[in-house]
Amino acid sequence: MGFKDLNRYNKLKVSKCMSAKAPSIRHPMFRTTENKLVHSGLAEPGAPLLGSLDADLQWNRDSRNIPIFENIFNHLNINALIFSQPAEPYRSIIDHLAELSNGSITPNDCETRTFLHDLPVSSQLSPDALIPRLKMRKSTIIPGHGIITWGMTGLEQAYVTFSSVCFACFVKFFSDFLSLSKKGAADRKTRRLFDRVIQKLDPPASFSGALMEGPFKSTKEVCEAIQEAGRLTVEHRLVDSYFGNISLCHGQTLYISQTGSSLDRLNDAIDLCPLDGSSCVPITASSELPTHLKIVQQTESKAVLHGHPKFSVILSMDCDAENCECRGKCHLKCPRERTACGVPIVSGEVGSGPHSLSNTVPEAIRGHPGVIVYGHGLFTAGETDFNGPFNHLLDIENCCRTEYFNRVGRL
Amino acid sequence: MHGWHGKIARIDLTSRSWRTEIPDVDILMKFIGGRGLAGYYIRKKITLNWNHPEMPLLLFTGPLVNTRSPTSGRMTLMSRSPLTGAVGDSSVGGSLGFQLKKAGFDGIVISGKSRNLCGVEILDNDIRITDASPLKGCEISQAASMLKNKGATAVIGPAAENGVLFSSVIIDRHFAAGRSGIGLSFASKNLKYITIKGSGKTSVFDPVALSSAREDVFRLTAASPVLLGEFGISRFGTGALYDLMDAKRMMPTENFQKTRFDRAHSMNAHAFKKNFTPKKTGCRGCHILCKKIAKNGTSIPEFETMSHFSALLGNTDIRTVVNANTVCNEMGMDTISAASTLACFSEISKRKLSPRDIISLLTAIGKKQGAGAELGMGAAKYAKTSGRSDLAMAVKGLELPAYDPRGAYGMALAYATSSRGGCHLRAYPISHEILRKPVATDRFSFNEKARMIKIGEDLNAVADSLTACKFIFFAASLEEYARIYTAVTGIETSGQDLFEAGERICYNERMMNAANGFTDKDDDLPSRFFTMPGVQSNHVRIQPIDRDAFLTARCNYYTARKLNKHGMPTSNVAKRLGLEPIPVKI
Repeated sequence: MGFKDLNRYNKLKVSKCMSAKAPSIRHPMFRTTENKLVHSGLAEPGAPLLGSLDADLQWNRDSRNIPIFENIFNHLNINALIFSQPAEPYRSIIDHLAELSNGSITPNDCETRTFLHDLPVSSQLSPDALIPRLKMRKSTIIPGHGIITWGMTGLEQAYVTFSSVCFACFVKFFSDFLSLSKKGAADRKTRRLFDRVIQKLDPPASFSGALMEGPFKSTKEVCEAIQEAGRLTVEHRLVDSYFGNISLCHGQTLYISQTGSSLDRLNDAIDLCPLDGSSCVPITASSELPTHLKIVQQTESKAVLHGHPKFSVILSMDCDAENCECRGKCHLKCPRERTACGVPIVSGEVGSGPHSLSNTVPEAIRGHPGVIVYGHGLFTAGETDFNGPFNHLLDIENCCRTEYFNRVGRL
Repeated sequence: MHGWHGKIARIDLTSRSWRTEIPDVDILMKFIGGRGLAGYYIRKKITLNWNHPEMPLLLFTGPLVNTRSPTSGRMTLMSRSPLTGAVGDSSVGGSLGFQLKKAGFDGIVISGKSRNLCGVEILDNDIRITDASPLKGCEISQAASMLKNKGATAVIGPAAENGVLFSSVIIDRHFAAGRSGIGLSFASKNLKYITIKGSGKTSVFDPVALSSAREDVFRLTAASPVLLGEFGISRFGTGALYDLMDAKRMMPTENFQKTRFDRAHSMNAHAFKKNFTPKKTGCRGCHILCKKIAKNGTSIPEFETMSHFSALLGNTDIRTVVNANTVCNEMGMDTISAASTLACFSEISKRKLSPRDIISLLTAIGKKQGAGAELGMGAAKYAKTSGRSDLAMAVKGLELPAYDPRGAYGMALAYATSSRGGCHLRAYPISHEILRKPVATDRFSFNEKARMIKIGEDLNAVADSLTACKFIFFAASLEEYARIYTAVTGIETSGQDLFEAGERICYNERMMNAANGFTDKDDDLPSRFFTMPGVQSNHVRIQPIDRDAFLTARCNYYTARKLNKHGMPTSNVAKRLGLEPIPVKI
């Protein structure tokens, strides 16, 4: 969506109380949101049904299901809705998890624990079945039909939830399968599904180019380097939705992506954080600012990249320790020194709380190409630019993916 | 009963008597508590003059107060605003709500007028009306000292006694119920203070579920840069927003003539921290602790006060900001209205105010002396009597806070539609337009904002009624608070169900304002914002707001709020929401 489109839309959109007929023009966010769903592999082209309500309710396309969703808009204080069948392999995974669920799916990853809590499942695509669930949570899965998510601040919020549901279910499926296989408890149907799903996975990401080389001389160069690395991280599917963050320390300033920013759209979404704390402008910086600050202040690294590559997250949750006193609280603390592909796995939660990952990651990243945070994601760091951090992110994820299938194969 | 006590104290100052009222459970569920319940109890009297003896003064807590619910130590004070004539309320922290709940009451309705200056002292289930003549004319800290050991205190200062229309009520010496002039509502009843001390508990339906729901909120709070982050309000106070407003070129400067203050970098939260080394404190039941108090006991100004006593007045002396805040608190005056009125005076009189001028004028307002007598009417009335209504930066007579609407169009719409006038807290779109939560929205667009503002208003009406601090909703949502509500009260609900109560509370306020003659003409911004650009930077141009786009968005808001095309409530919607008609004032 360009400003031109937006201005045209704003001028044409006339409200009912202006006593004029609203023109037939599609909401400018429809195309943006559908493109994002498709490009990130979350939905097939043409599948997403998008609804937006301001004074009038608009849809991106016709659908026989629209009356159902109109009913939902009537009962919920929301302004945006996405309904779509997810693309493969999410579709098969989510339908499978929904079938096994007892009304809701409860993944153990960080995104679900912090933001979604659990994922309601409805067996019917009907207002009566959906409205009670959507009143409680921001999403509902309808096996065989798709996922509904909503937003109160526009389609982007609904998109973030849609993406998080897909990510959480992916991680849960592969995590559960490894766990069940180790116990010899994966049934035939699940094994067949697993075999089918892995055929639909993206090929391992590869990158043979080079990123901008540091050290950088100006703010402009720093921001360009951050934007380039962020964009590549999204393009290589090493992060989903609006999660992940990136920073580079230049002089006495840490340049860091803003909270809730999409790493492939960092134009105007980079905060400048003075290391002496003399300005609170970075109040909108990423939640992980404390971790980035500690890494650049306590290690030799000046460039930090944080993504949510799926198999790194899945392997971080594979622990064989029996009778562990911390079982169920692995995200808060872990008494063991764990690694995956030689990379440390640490506990820690998002942000600044008593169990903040800023207490674990900076120490653990010394002498390592990266650190995996349990059930959450991967931090990598480099001295002057993002060549190291980006390649480490990609290599560690590919290694974790190989290691995952090795572990399954050994069973 | 869990959560609520199901008990309201009705105090009549004329007869110096009180009685207990047991509200219908249905009413508690429909209006929750705090702002919602106060709105229910005032609605039948709302067309009386603000100083009519039968105009009630209401103090209400919510079902979450005095439980382990996060940020639940707040309450609402409400009456008809002496400043605006609209519904007037103020959500306030400190420990007053907490003590009221411990004393066994969900709320107090005060009516009548005492013959002499009086106080109300509540000690558990006992209420006494006392002679407050020894406190006459006392400033806040002196009065609070004289009330030592009587529990939480709500006190008015000399400003209210002298008839200042933007008088505040100060809770526990430091926490201001600032907006709408509720201090003058106290004074109109000859009520100088209220003290409350209680020892009871609030019954919680499911303490285990409450603990679990609390953990969810704490996790979200920890993940919030604005609340607990390196530069968040827990560390720097609400003044943490100061630098951001400067960077966004939306800091109201020199009575909103500019949107950039050249000296902002030396007047920011970091500078306050360096100069005054404040300690953290906060309301009861809060883990964010955004209130900052210096070692010598001086309150460090909140963001709005910091901004308005520096940029809005063009003042570059940081100590004057603190002193102005102290004078306002001691006199019992709303800092936003006071600073805005001075800025209006400065522009009309074409007189730049020195630090000395600022302090002496504030003192004169509080004492109703000299120019202070006129300025004590607030910016809108002062500007009108000066023949320059266009220079009052106010909506519905309530002076605007420290977010320039040209820098955030949702905020522009929210200022216009707010039921209490120029208030940022009713919808608080700064959350998504500036602070990027739950996701960032385009601050220079009205696109989709109408319904977002309606939703924001409903959300904050629920927050003010539960009660919970609005700041927590930078991180959590009603999804989490519905679980807390259910754990405390035992009533199954959802976030979306609570929104229905929020809609009812907001619609009730629109009905009350409509009954007092407010129309779409009052849902508007000062003309300056449609004609004058702000200060631009290399990255941002602050343009005048497009008038047509604003009016379209306002119409869209009326549609979203289910009002008619003139912004008036309709009987059908009122009926659906269970709201009986309010007779319109003749």
